[in-house]
Amino acid sequence: MENLDKPLTRNIRPDRGFATLADYENTGGYQGLRKAVTELQPKEVQQWVKDSGLRGRGGAGFGTGLKWSLVPMGDADSDNPHQIRYVIVNADEMEPGTFKDRLLMEKDPHQLIEGIIITAYAVQSHIAYIFLRGEYHLSARRLETALQEARAKGYLGEHILNSEFNLEIHLHTSAGRYICGEETALINALEGKRANPRAKPPHPVVSGLWGRPTVINNVETLCNVPHIINYGVQWYKELGLSAATGTKLFGASGRVKRPGLWELPMGTPIRDILEEHAGGMQDGYKLRGFLPGGASTDFLLPEHLDVAADFDAVAKVGSRLGTGTMIILDDKTCPVQMVLNLEEFFAQESCGWCTPCRDGLPWTVTLLRDIIKGRGRMEDLDTLAGLVRMMGPGNTFCALAPGAMEPLQSALKYFREDFERYIVGNKTLLEAG
Amino acid sequence: MATIEIDGKHYEAQDGQSLLAVCLSFGLNLPYFCWHPAMGSVGACRQCAVLQYQNPEDKRGRLVMACMTPVADAMRISIEAVPASQFRRENIELLMINHPHDCPVCEEGGECHLQDMTEMSGHTFRRYRGQKRTHANQYLGPFINHEMNRCIACYRCVRFYDDYAGGNDLQVFGMHNNVYFGRFEEGALENEFSGNLVEVCPTGVFTDRTFSAHYARKWDLQTAPSVCIHCGLGCNTAPGERYGQLRRIINRYNGEVNGYFLCDRGRFGYGFVNSPERIREPLLDGRSEITPQAAVNYLDNLCQTAKGVIGIGSPRASLEANFALRTLVGEENFFLGLNDIEHTLLSTIFNILRNCGIHTPSLREIEQADAVLIMGEDVTHTAPRLALSLRQSARNATFDLARSLKIAPWQDAAVRELKTQIKTPIFIASVCATRLDDIATDTFHGSPEDIARLGFAIAHRLDDQAPAPELMSDAENSLATAIAAELKQAKCPLIVSGTSCASIAVIQSAYNIAKALPSKDKQLTFTVPECNSLGLAIMGGGRLRQAFERINEGVADSVIVLENDLYRRAHSQTVDLFLQSAAHVVVMDSLRNKTAEQSELLLPTATFAESEGTLVNNEGRAQRYFPVYAVSEPVRGSWQWLTSAMEDSEWRHHDDLTAACAQAFPDLAAIAQVAPGAAYRFKGSKIPRQPERYSGRAAMFANINVREPAPPQDLETPFSFSMEGVTAQVPPALLPVIRAPGWNSNQAVNQFEEGVEGHLRGGDPGMRLIEASGNLAWFNDIPSAFKAEEGQWRIMPLPHIFGSEELSLHSAPIAERRPAPKILLNPLDAQALGVVNGDRLEISRSMETAIATLPVQIETTLPRGLLGVPAILPENQQINNPERVTLKKVAAEAENKPEIFL
Ligand SMILES: Cc1cc2nc3c(=O)[nH]c(=O)nc-3n(C[C@H](O)[C@H](O)[C@H](O)COP(=O)(O)O)c2cc1C
Ligand code: SF4
Ligand code: SF4
Ligand code: SF4
Ligand code: FES
Repeated sequence: MENLDKPLTRNIRPDRGFATLADYENTGGYQGLRKAVTELQPKEVQQWVKDSGLRGRGGAGFGTGLKWSLVPMGDADSDNPHQIRYVIVNADEMEPGTFKDRLLMEKDPHQLIEGIIITAYAVQSHIAYIFLRGEYHLSARRLETALQEARAKGYLGEHILNSEFNLEIHLHTSAGRYICGEETALINALEGKRANPRAKPPHPVVSGLWGRPTVINNVETLCNVPHIINYGVQWYKELGLSAATGTKLFGASGRVKRPGLWELPMGTPIRDILEEHAGGMQDGYKLRGFLPGGASTDFLLPEHLDVAADFDAVAKVGSRLGTGTMIILDDKTCPVQMVLNLEEFFAQESCGWCTPCRDGLPWTVTLLRDIIKGRGRMEDLDTLAGLVRMMGPGNTFCALAPGAMEPLQSALKYFREDFERYIVGNKTLLEAG
Repeated sequence: MATIEIDGKHYEAQDGQSLLAVCLSFGLNLPYFCWHPAMGSVGACRQCAVLQYQNPEDKRGRLVMACMTPVADAMRISIEAVPASQFRRENIELLMINHPHDCPVCEEGGECHLQDMTEMSGHTFRRYRGQKRTHANQYLGPFINHEMNRCIACYRCVRFYDDYAGGNDLQVFGMHNNVYFGRFEEGALENEFSGNLVEVCPTGVFTDRTFSAHYARKWDLQTAPSVCIHCGLGCNTAPGERYGQLRRIINRYNGEVNGYFLCDRGRFGYGFVNSPERIREPLLDGRSEITPQAAVNYLDNLCQTAKGVIGIGSPRASLEANFALRTLVGEENFFLGLNDIEHTLLSTIFNILRNCGIHTPSLREIEQADAVLIMGEDVTHTAPRLALSLRQSARNATFDLARSLKIAPWQDAAVRELKTQIKTPIFIASVCATRLDDIATDTFHGSPEDIARLGFAIAHRLDDQAPAPELMSDAENSLATAIAAELKQAKCPLIVSGTSCASIAVIQSAYNIAKALPSKDKQLTFTVPECNSLGLAIMGGGRLRQAFERINEGVADSVIVLENDLYRRAHSQTVDLFLQSAAHVVVMDSLRNKTAEQSELLLPTATFAESEGTLVNNEGRAQRYFPVYAVSEPVRGSWQWLTSAMEDSEWRHHDDLTAACAQAFPDLAAIAQVAPGAAYRFKGSKIPRQPERYSGRAAMFANINVREPAPPQDLETPFSFSMEGVTAQVPPALLPVIRAPGWNSNQAVNQFEEGVEGHLRGGDPGMRLIEASGNLAWFNDIPSAFKAEEGQWRIMPLPHIFGSEELSLHSAPIAERRPAPKILLNPLDAQALGVVNGDRLEISRSMETAIATLPVQIETTLPRGLLGVPAILPENQQINNPERVTLKKVAAEAENKPEIFL
């Protein structure tokens, strides 16, 4: 056992390519699985994960153990169709600014595979799918190899570790599209349908893939699971700094000295991440604001630097921890143009199913372009605010549009003068000096 | 029951229903697009937003989509609250960003759901200053126009076409604000229900191409309730007329029959009414010099003086017309006009329906079936709308599963998602592949004898009292066992059969199965070929062969043929001989045909669109149709010609005739109550056929005469040819047009139903004439298995929705969709004959000369020894009978086109 305070990345070292099966086993790999299938009942695994306080790392922070406990477990020896359950790994990672799952899959693929197997055991699923972003070629190769190795070693397949438990894992590479990361659109895409989200309820845990109970978790979420089982709930809880538990991959991109990704305790102050790990701003640049958890989170300001990076604390100041990968806005970058760039992405990636998003996002883009091109009008800011309201949570069919509105709504709040300056003076605030 | 509060008012509603459906059935104005009463909710358009309060203290509330929200007791919502109404207004604003605003040239205009909802939501000011996204349009065949720029991406079209109707060539492509609803490439939409897109699409993307050719606004059309005459199901329609031309047909909701949908034959088959082939004046010996009065006198005189007059009725004419003819010539001289096969099949069916004590379901009831067996029918081609209903029965297993998972039945996508797990058992036994095979759990292909034998075997497995066939193959035995097991388990099993494979044994085996079923809610239904087949069966009369004998044997010398082309019923030599032997031949019909050509006196008759009458559909439901517009003299309704020739008749009016007919036949007693008679007045006036916005009345004919002509009088029905009066609350059987304040499209029907998708308020039109009673014995005539004989094939006519029905074929768009003449052949037979796809075969009756030469299409599902011939008219008339023929390959160098030798 080594480096127990960084369980997710302990096998990842800059001097090494990636963790092989042997590397992984040397640091306690597949011990969690062994423990689960030999010592624990599925319900106990669920309970451990629930007790650990692990929350989804895909962006929404939903309690992982709680999600699993909603799966109808049925009667073990009946042959009713509901016996079929699926586990799906959401490895679509297309959120702009987010690159954490990629690291985990490229550098230590067995950790994810062990997490999937334990998860499947916990909900008694015998088929799991990894839904992988199409562009992640290297991840695909390494996962495929790792799956073969796991099969050869009896971690996967029939009678896993001589238990009664069987599991097959299939790797599916996505045809592409941000919306495929939304869990229900992902299911549709996996079924070969258009990647439109589905209405909830019914939630995937009740009716998911092919209408069967389905657990979907993010890559990073599942990577935590082997360690929770192997080292215990108490150990896991103590990893966190605030009330939050465990560690998390935090990242920073933008004009910081050392953009990158670090595994840190949940609840690490944002200032530590930016100033200590990312090395602070590059020379000549000042911090103007940041998106704390990827493109679909609200801007925060320098005054929020001392907020703890955990789900609740970030929510309290009006944003979201999201994926924990921050995008930095410096004082020489125009926030309006940054927002336009983001909205162009979201407008392009709207699946086209519901009206506010399908037609509201392109209008948002048109308005922002007009403003930047000097064709804006003051009332356009009201229109933008109205669009933010239209696309608020619950008003659209899925969370893409509300997410898309988060940077815009906070930019209108914090950087309004930048918008106005374009409209009044046909200039960026920066040009105006 | 739940009590809910909407904007401070309390309402009672069913728990768990969709809140939108409930609001609409209360008559509340809540806009929507993606929801459809028959297709449930998907939550896409976000137009139906309302404010829901969490508890009595909650003042802010939160927006929810009504269509996706289940009704619960003590629920408190607001439609009018500002956050909700503002959201709906701005949602329309978004929908309209790329809309072309081309209402003045859009054929949806005036009955456009988007127009109505835009008005309703109050979006009046356009803030968007950018460019509009545009799309290219596609050619989608002769039925439907495509104008994609008008699309608001509500996804209804694909949900109807693919999910509801089982099509697959209309899809959605692209994403974000560039979603495109069309075909992979241009070409005719393949699904037989494509016409419903015209009504399903809330804007003008899909419009009726046949209507475009002579377009008029909805408010400029005269309309009266009508019934489709193109098959035996009797779907309710609302035909529209202007300037003496029938312009289009749209659906008329009937909760028991067609619901919201028609088939394409019924919707686009109306062109025959405007056809140049119409008979417009009485003709004597082919000369046009006879006046209507002279024609009547002639007819009268004939009846007085002839040696004997026989009447040949018609399954495509009304009960009243047939009854008038029967009365004129006398019961013993009245013949139904059906050949022996048709006659026997029909009377077998009628006997079963009348006396077997098993319930014959309406289409609504059919949709409740939880196991189905189809015996010998390709339903899509013989009773199209029934096929659409069977597609809905196919979903019942998933509805059950959904219920157990607490998924509401209106959660459309979620329920459909379950279909890979569980299927309603649906079995199809047919001659070869059918259009419903995609929903079948298993299929069987065989000759009619083998289908019947399978049926008898199933019946025997259900009840060992039922006779069993001998010498069945193992495969047949195990299939029979499997089918019997599924049917036995079902709560509401349905057996479907009919006339199209021309086998009495098939029909009888269907009855045996139904009789053997244990369930008390079992159902048995038969398709019948024509719109009044069952009406004629109830009335009863002689066979066509007997009519021929009367004349040929000299017992009678004159014949009156009512709306019946005898050449469709019998071999031409036989009909020729018959018509030549008769001294006097009177033919009454609306369209020229071979029989009409041979008439001495030809009387022009009104079509369904210009006259009134009662028809009995395959369910035994009597329904009334009314003239949509006044036909100009000398064309008259058949019943009018006939009654005016009855000198001493007391029947002045159609109602008199209906009443007399009801009195004459106990089984028809209820027909007088099908709809109120001509004396009916609503608030003191007749019911207007013209909407209150009917335009140009004073000027319509000003090019002919500047004086506004007096509107024609209608003494026969409760309708007037005018715009005075109201239509809102008239009895459902008399509803000419569906419209409500603020609801100009057919979607207004929500306001006329008892609960969405329910019955029309005041009862769905039509009277069921036959209710299950009695108990017939088992049928015991089990045919022996069909054996293919060396060098011999049996013709199996295969009905086709476009081509097998006489009148609709006179509509050019239907004729365009008729399949090319061809013959289908089993691959092994083809191999034996040395032919491949496209080669031509000469068909001969045994020992005779060739009757046709047609290209071959290899059909793997067709059994050996059978020759599948699409029953398309008129070309295939001569090879349309189930008879034995020989085949000979035609040398390749011979000119490659089909020929039929008549
Ligand atoms: C537009 C959109 C895109 C998303 N993309 C991803 C993604 O790429 N990866 C991911 O793990 N979750 C993504 N999510 C979140 C998932 O829907 C889902 O909440 C998550 O996979 C659940 O896993 P977790 O509980 O382990 O976080 C996305 C959500 C939305 C609305
Ligand atoms: S919010 Fe956007 S991505 Fe989500 S369903 Fe609606 S259109 Fe599709
Ligand atoms: S074509 Fe019509 S029905 Fe189809 S999505 Fe567009 S507006 Fe809706
Ligand atoms: S199913 Fe029959 S009655 Fe109904 S519309 Fe079609 S042809 Fe007419
Ligand atoms: S009708 Fe409710 S969202 Fe479309």
